[in-house]
Amino acid sequence: MSLNKLTIAAARDALKKGDVTSVELTEACLSEIEGAGALNAFVHKTPEIALEQAKAADARLKSGDAPAMCGIPLGIKDLFCTKGVPSQAASNILEGFKPEYESTVTQNLWDAGAVMLGKLSMDEFAMGSSNETACYGPVVNPWKVDERQLTPGGSSGGSAAAVAADLCLAATGTDTGGSIRQPAAFTGIVGIKPTYGRVSRWGVVAFASSLDQAGPMTKSVRDAAIMLGTMCSHDPKDSTSADIPVPDFEAALTGDIRGKKIGIPKEYRLEGMPAEIEKLWEDGIAMLKDAGAEIVDISLPHTKYALPAYYVVAPAEASSNLARYDGVRYGHRAKLGAGEGIVDMYEKTRAEGFGPEVQRRVMIGTYVLSAGFYDAYYNRARKVRALIKRDFEEVFAQGVDAILTPATPSSAFGLGEMADADPVAMYLNDVFTVTVNLAGLPGISVPCGLDAKGLPLGLQLIGRPWEEGDLLNHAHVLETAAGFAAKPEKWW
Amino acid sequence: MLDHLEFKAPEPKVIAGAKSDWELVIGLEVHAQVASKAKLFSGASTTFGAEPNSNVAFVDAAMPGMLPVINEFCVAQAVRTGLGLKAEINLTSAFDRKNYFYPDLPQGYQISQLYHPIVGEGEIIVDMGPGVARRVRIERIHLEQDAGKSIHDMDPHMSFVDLNRTGVALMEIVSRPDIRGPEEAAAYVGKLRQILRYLGTCDGNMQNGNLRADVNVSICQPGAYEKYQETGDFSHLGTRCEIKNMNSMRFIQQAIEYEARRQIAIVEDGGEVVQETRLYDPDKGETRSMRSKEEAHDYRYFPCPDLLPLEIEQAWVDDIAATMPELPDEKKARFVKELGLSEYDASVLTAEVENADYFEAVVAEAGDGKLAANWVINELFGRLKKDDRAITDSPVNPAQLGAIIKLIKSDKISGKIGKDLFEIVYTEGGDPEKIVEERGMIQVTDTGAIEAAVDEVIAANPEQVEKAKANPKLAGWFVGQVIKASGGKANPKAVNEIVAQKLGL
Repeated sequence: MSLNKLTIAAARDALKKGDVTSVELTEACLSEIEGAGALNAFVHKTPEIALEQAKAADARLKSGDAPAMCGIPLGIKDLFCTKGVPSQAASNILEGFKPEYESTVTQNLWDAGAVMLGKLSMDEFAMGSSNETACYGPVVNPWKVDERQLTPGGSSGGSAAAVAADLCLAATGTDTGGSIRQPAAFTGIVGIKPTYGRVSRWGVVAFASSLDQAGPMTKSVRDAAIMLGTMCSHDPKDSTSADIPVPDFEAALTGDIRGKKIGIPKEYRLEGMPAEIEKLWEDGIAMLKDAGAEIVDISLPHTKYALPAYYVVAPAEASSNLARYDGVRYGHRAKLGAGEGIVDMYEKTRAEGFGPEVQRRVMIGTYVLSAGFYDAYYNRARKVRALIKRDFEEVFAQGVDAILTPATPSSAFGLGEMADADPVAMYLNDVFTVTVNLAGLPGISVPCGLDAKGLPLGLQLIGRPWEEGDLLNHAHVLETAAGFAAKPEKWW
Repeated sequence: MLDHLEFKAPEPKVIAGAKSDWELVIGLEVHAQVASKAKLFSGASTTFGAEPNSNVAFVDAAMPGMLPVINEFCVAQAVRTGLGLKAEINLTSAFDRKNYFYPDLPQGYQISQLYHPIVGEGEIIVDMGPGVARRVRIERIHLEQDAGKSIHDMDPHMSFVDLNRTGVALMEIVSRPDIRGPEEAAAYVGKLRQILRYLGTCDGNMQNGNLRADVNVSICQPGAYEKYQETGDFSHLGTRCEIKNMNSMRFIQQAIEYEARRQIAIVEDGGEVVQETRLYDPDKGETRSMRSKEEAHDYRYFPCPDLLPLEIEQAWVDDIAATMPELPDEKKARFVKELGLSEYDASVLTAEVENADYFEAVVAEAGDGKLAANWVINELFGRLKKDDRAITDSPVNPAQLGAIIKLIKSDKISGKIGKDLFEIVYTEGGDPEKIVEERGMIQVTDTGAIEAAVDEVIAANPEQVEKAKANPKLAGWFVGQVIKASGGKANPKAVNEIVAQKLGL
């Protein structure tokens, strides 16, 4: 088996035994990346850094004191600031931007000995569900139907495609409304968004600060547990980072969920939901039941308001967070004509630098915060958000341990398919995932089957706050029972 | 409760218009830079006058992904200020973003506290002369970030930005519309500045812009303000205009005076005052409208999602309260009550915290408040002023001045010799007691020696003796001659007595 196809867990064991070196793993990935240009996943490759880190990791492994992530080659979403390496959130407005600092999450990974292969494409500023808004052009899903190119989902589409195509062992993602879980489901991999505050946001380009969380995108639940443990930390540089101990998530993977209560929310049964999704969900319920869990019907009554609330709160924060991209200090600055002033500079720079979806959300956000509309939109959305959070709290208070839902309303769709659609149709991709961000809960997407077209489908498990270990254990049981082993056939 | 001196409220300023009399209603928003080494949300230095863009952390420059972290010391300073203004401290407050585009505002928003300020209602007693003071209510104090500086006059085609000040902590101290005249407004700023300096929460340097005020001015007919006070209904008052960014007490007075007259002229002409922000031009002595398209802001305030609500504990507030210094009102009252100073002298000595500290150190040494006050106010301040020196830069330290006063009090030297001694210590330094001994400046109280000197002067001036006998007031001439002959060392009291006796007066 090619080394790039290994899971983190398998590579870790092989590295520890000395069966393989990090340099070998890294070289295998780098060569795979070279051949995968058609996927358009890696947009800034860093082979020199990778090999240097791999050598250092090998030395550390030899010394016998190496953490689990030591020597593991990773891809990094372009949203993470990586020191000296282009970090432009897939936006033209950050063209040429190389930060002088390293995000806390990536620093945690490098401190543990992980290896950076390069930066991965994404939707511009993490705004999108198809990776078609990236300034680098769309990422192509390694899964194909006939000759039709499909989206890997978004916004962490580059990460999902790279992991699914074995260009790296795992990748970082970020999730504001489903940006880890939806692409994971579209590409047949695992993606977890931890509890809000579990992972530092410092050095991650902000989209919507109260919703953004980073997480791992991996080939297995075990890998997600290993990598998440390294990404998490209390960070005094992020005021919203929680000062809570990080448990050994991998140790939580006992495979035993006997007596656990799994909630099935009736509000997630959407009208017109494809039968395949319905079937997958039923299968998932049966698997957890077979594993000894108790299945209970639950109600999360405010679910239907989640998507509208999300599309008020997230753009509102984004409109403010993206104000800094003004051409004054870094990134793109428009060329000005004679007599043009600062307002012209702002308008031209931002018109040239931001793509249409980002512009749309900045305008929505500006609108919902403006005088006279604040109460009707932003304040109301905040109230809805509190109600959604309470829905979950009440269910958990009734003893529910985890909630099982579909991850997405469909399998991956075709690139360009939504080009002329109402933007709201694209936003519907987030319908099962945004509630989790609004409530600040951990959620994980687990690949559980293929649809009739042979495309992967995922189920989502939602856990109690700060109980990622328990959530991962449920996911592990689901993964084992589903036995999803399909891989995209290599065409690139 | 504060041990205030008794006071009554001053009369509001009345301006006679062409048709009737008008009164003024004034409220101020003072921006005071928090005295802190580091900025409100970053560790960057706040040193004034550094190389442009040298005190800038990544978060100050709004680099992507950078996050603000609250500086606990700045919070403590705001709490200390609130306690100093007898204000309510809000144990939970929160930060909001005020969004607008400007090159010296890198984030595109200022982090401020619109909805939940850290400090609530308080008050300031503004002295307006002996026994007269205005009680001005404070509405709120909130913490916020300062902006950077745009520089437009360095290049004909380009503007430059200096981010050193970006993110420096400010306290915005908002008063109620309780101020009734230009002089009161200036005195309010002066009093606030004094309190802040006593507290050590703002250096009060107005020249550097560390204390600046936005002044809200409206006019009303006599009697209308009282109606507003009774009902709380602002419609009894006129439309206000806000004069931005004033950093001189003199200009504040001038601007209010001009603005009031401008509004009166508009209203008496049948027009209406438009609510707007205005700028004062000290060269022309007028205010003018700042209104332009860019100025018509919708700030789109919303809670800053990068910061959790700011929660502080009562115990922490109590710790700060326990370290509060004595404030000017209390100090002044104590100086009057316990040291027997006049209210005027007490005001002068408490005006600046450094003066009060110096004075108290002198009293500790000399043990006589009144005498110490005379010496500090008349001799020391006068001498320092002549040299344009600050009290913190005084060549005579409180121990030295105290020693001089002690020498006078114990009759070792006369007041006049004391002044000479002061000048010696001022210019040359040294221990006053030693100087007096070494230079033979000790007062002569030996009556034998004085008698001999008096006899000598009488013998040498028979004509004067006759004149003095006819007019006893002229005896002073002999006293002067004797003291002069003694090199100023003869005890004037003793000389007086002996002269009178010898002349048979």
